[in-house]
Amino acid sequence: MQGTVPESQEKIPFWRNEHTLQWIAQFTVLAGVLFVFWLLYANMQRQLEMLNLPISFKFLQINASFDIGESLIEYSRSDTYLRAYLVGVLNTIRVAVLGIIFATILGVIVGVARLSNNWLVNKLAAGYIEILRNIPLLVLLIFWYTGFFLKLPDVKEAINVGGTYLSRRGIAFPWPLPTETYATYRWVLWLGVALAVALGYALYRQGKKTGRMPLYGLWSLLLFLVVAGIGIVVLQPYVMDYPHLPDKGFNIIGGKTFSPEFMALLSGLVIYTSAFIAEVVRAGIQSVSKGQVEAARALGLNGFQTLRLVVFPQALRVIVPPMTSQYLNLTKNSSLAVAIGYPDIVHVYGTIINQSGRAVEMTMIMMATYLTFSLSTSAFMNWYNQKIKLVER
Amino acid sequence: MTTVYQEKDTLAPPPAERKNIFGWMLKNLFNSWYNSILTIVAAYIIFVLVRGVAGWVVTKARWEVVPANYRLFLVGQYPSMIPGQEDFIWRVWLAVYLLAAITGLAWGIWVKKREFVSWVVLLFPPLVGSSPYVTNVGLKLVGKLYGVTDVYQFPGFSAKAWALMWGLSATGLAFWALGRAFGRRLARFAVTMLLLYFPLAILIIGGFGEQGWFQAIPTRFWGGLLLSLILTIVGIVMSFPLGVLLALGRQSKLPILHSLSVVYIEFIRGVPLISLLFMAQVMLPLFLPPNVVIDRVLRAMVAIIMFAAAYLAENVRGGLQAIPQGQYEAAYAIGLSGFQTMTYIILPQALRTVIPVLVSQFIALFKDTTLVAIVGLLDLLGIAQGVIANPKYIGTQREVFTFISVFYFVFTYAMSYASRRLEKALGVGER
Repeated sequence: MQGTVPESQEKIPFWRNEHTLQWIAQFTVLAGVLFVFWLLYANMQRQLEMLNLPISFKFLQINASFDIGESLIEYSRSDTYLRAYLVGVLNTIRVAVLGIIFATILGVIVGVARLSNNWLVNKLAAGYIEILRNIPLLVLLIFWYTGFFLKLPDVKEAINVGGTYLSRRGIAFPWPLPTETYATYRWVLWLGVALAVALGYALYRQGKKTGRMPLYGLWSLLLFLVVAGIGIVVLQPYVMDYPHLPDKGFNIIGGKTFSPEFMALLSGLVIYTSAFIAEVVRAGIQSVSKGQVEAARALGLNGFQTLRLVVFPQALRVIVPPMTSQYLNLTKNSSLAVAIGYPDIVHVYGTIINQSGRAVEMTMIMMATYLTFSLSTSAFMNWYNQKIKLVER
Repeated sequence: MTTVYQEKDTLAPPPAERKNIFGWMLKNLFNSWYNSILTIVAAYIIFVLVRGVAGWVVTKARWEVVPANYRLFLVGQYPSMIPGQEDFIWRVWLAVYLLAAITGLAWGIWVKKREFVSWVVLLFPPLVGSSPYVTNVGLKLVGKLYGVTDVYQFPGFSAKAWALMWGLSATGLAFWALGRAFGRRLARFAVTMLLLYFPLAILIIGGFGEQGWFQAIPTRFWGGLLLSLILTIVGIVMSFPLGVLLALGRQSKLPILHSLSVVYIEFIRGVPLISLLFMAQVMLPLFLPPNVVIDRVLRAMVAIIMFAAAYLAENVRGGLQAIPQGQYEAAYAIGLSGFQTMTYIILPQALRTVIPVLVSQFIALFKDTTLVAIVGLLDLLGIAQGVIANPKYIGTQREVFTFISVFYFVFTYAMSYASRRLEKALGVGER
C-alpha cells in the first residue's frame, strides 16, 4: 500500500478477460443466427427446387393478365407484373397522402374541440375519440364498407348533394377539365411562382436588415394566389365537368368518380387516425405551460404573435414525433385495403402470388417497399428532431 | 400579513354564481357568443346521429341474427358444431371455471380493500347474463318514443346457462374465501397456478391424444372470441422473453448484439402486420423441412409473436432507460456481475414500470388479431363475416358489425380502464 505496483498487474488469461469473453459471446450469437438463417434458406432452396421455382426476378417482365380496378397510370392486362405492382404502390401512396392530409385536418379540429371549455363540444370530442380508439380498424373498415358504401342506392337513385352523386358505384363529383388556353395558363402559374419567390426573398432580406421579420411566407403565398386567380378569371383555362345520371347504362357520366372501395378505405382511415391525432394534438397543446403564454403577453406580444412565436414552436416539438408515427401507422394500415378490395400493394401482391406462385420474391419486394416508406420517414424524423432539439446552455 | 385591500367597501363582492342547472349551462355551454353557436351545432349533430341510429335500431334492424349465433361468436366451430360429434364445449367452461377459481384465490390473498370493483368482478358472469334483459328494456323505451309496439326483444339465456354463470361467481367467491382464510400461506400456490394457468387452459381446450375426454381438437375448429383471446395471449406471453432479450440487446454496448437487435426491431416495426401474416402463411411452410406441417393458426401465431416481440422490446427499452445510472453503479459496487445486476436489480424495476404499457400493448394486440380474418382464420371478425355470408342472414352486415363493434368496445374499454387503475395502484411515476 505504499505506491508499489500490485502484483496483479500480470496479464489476465484470455478465458477470464471480460473483453474477450464478450466478443466470444457475440460471435456465438452471430453464428447461431447465421446458422438458423442458413438452415431456413437451405430448406427453402430444397422446397423451391421441388416446386421447380428457383428464386429469380425475371417473372416481373411476364404479362400480368389480370385487371386492376383503379389505377393512377395507364394499365391493361397485357402489361407486366412489375407495372401491376407499381399500380399497387401508387394506389397505396394515393390513399396514404390524401388520408394524411384529411386526418390531420380532422384530428386537429377534434383535438382542439377536446380542449374546449364548452362542455358539450368537449364531451362530443371525447366520445368520438374513445369510441374510435377502442374498435379495431379492420372491423371499422369492413363495417363502413359493407354497412354504408355498399348499402347506398343504385346509380338510378343516386343521392345528389350539390352536384355530387353518391351511389353504390362510388362518389362522383365535379372536376375541372383543361381547355385550350390551359397551355398558356401553365406559364402564368410559373410566372406566379417566380414572382412569389422574388417577393419572399426581398421581404426576407428586408427583415434581416431591419430586424423586424415580416411574414414573408404568407405574403408570397398571397401573391401567388392572386396571380393564379387573375389567370383563371382572364384565361378561363378550366371548364367544370359536372357528373349527371345516365339515360341508360349503369355508370354516372362525367365528373370524377372515386370507387366505393377507395372512399371506404380513405374515410375509414381518416376517421380512425384522426382520433389518435386528436390525442397527440391535445397532449402537445397541454404540454406548453400557461406561464409561457403569460410571459409572452407580459413581453408585449399580441395574441397571434404569442401563438406563432411561443406556443406553436414548443407544442410542435412535442407533437411532431408522435404525429409522424401516426402518419406511418396510417400508411401501414392502408394495407388493410386488401380486406375490402381496393387494389393497394398487398392486394396486388396477393393476386400476383396466386397467379405466378412467386411467393418468396414478391414477399421480399413488398417488405422492401414498406421498409422504404418507414425508413425514409424515420430518417426525416431524426433530421427534424435534430433541427428542433432544445439547445441547452 | 398585510393586504392592500383590507377595507370591505373597496372589495367588489364575488359574482353571484347560480348553483342550479341554468347557472351550470350558462357557465359551461353559453359563456360567449361563439360557444353558444358551438353548443347548438354540437347538440344538433348529436340529435341527428342519435335519431338516425335509434330509429334504425328499433324499426329496421333484424337483431335475431345475433342471438341465433351466440355460440359461433364465442367459440366458433369448436366441437360440436359438427353434427354427430361429441360436444366438447364443457372443456371451454372448465377453462373458464379454472380462471374464476384462480382469480378468486388471488383476489382473496392480495386485494385487501373491498371496493366497488370487487363486486363488479364477482358478479361479472350474471351481469353478462342479464345484459339481454337490460338491452330489451332500452329497446322498449326507444321503441315507445318512435311509436313502435313490436320492438325486437332478445331471448334470455337458458336455465343451464344461468346455472353455469352463477356457478362461476360461486366458485370465485369460494376461492376468494379460501384465499382470505389462508392468506399468504397459499401465495406460492397461487403464483404457480397463475403461471401455469395459460398452458393448462390451452391443454384443456386443445386436448391431446386420439380419443377420450380430452381428445385433441384440431385448431381449424377453434374460432370466435376464443381464438381471438388465445392469439392475443399467446402473442403477449410468448413474445415476452424474446422482447426482453431484444430490449437488452438494443441497450447493450456490444456492437454485434446491438445491431442485430436494432435490425430486427426496425424491420418488424417498419412493415404492416398483415404482410407478416401473409409471409407466415406462404413462406413459413417453405422454411421448414418438407415433412414438418404446421397448421394455419400456428403460422398466424408465429407472425403475431414476431410482431409483438418488436413492439414489446421498444416498450421494455423505455422501462430500462428510466432506470438511473446509479442503480447499475451501486450493483457493481456491491460486487454483482453484469448478469446478476440485470436479473436482480435492473429488470425487476424496469418491468414494474412498464406493466401499464404492456397492458396497453395487450389491448392493441387484441384489436390487431382481427387481421387474421384476412388470411382466412375464423376469429371473432372472421366468424362475423361467415355469419353474414350465410344465406339465412343475408343483408345483416350492420346488425352483426354493430354487435361485434360494441363487443370490442366494451372489452377494450374495460381493459384500458383496468390498466389505468393498475397504474395508480402500482404508483408508477410517483416513487
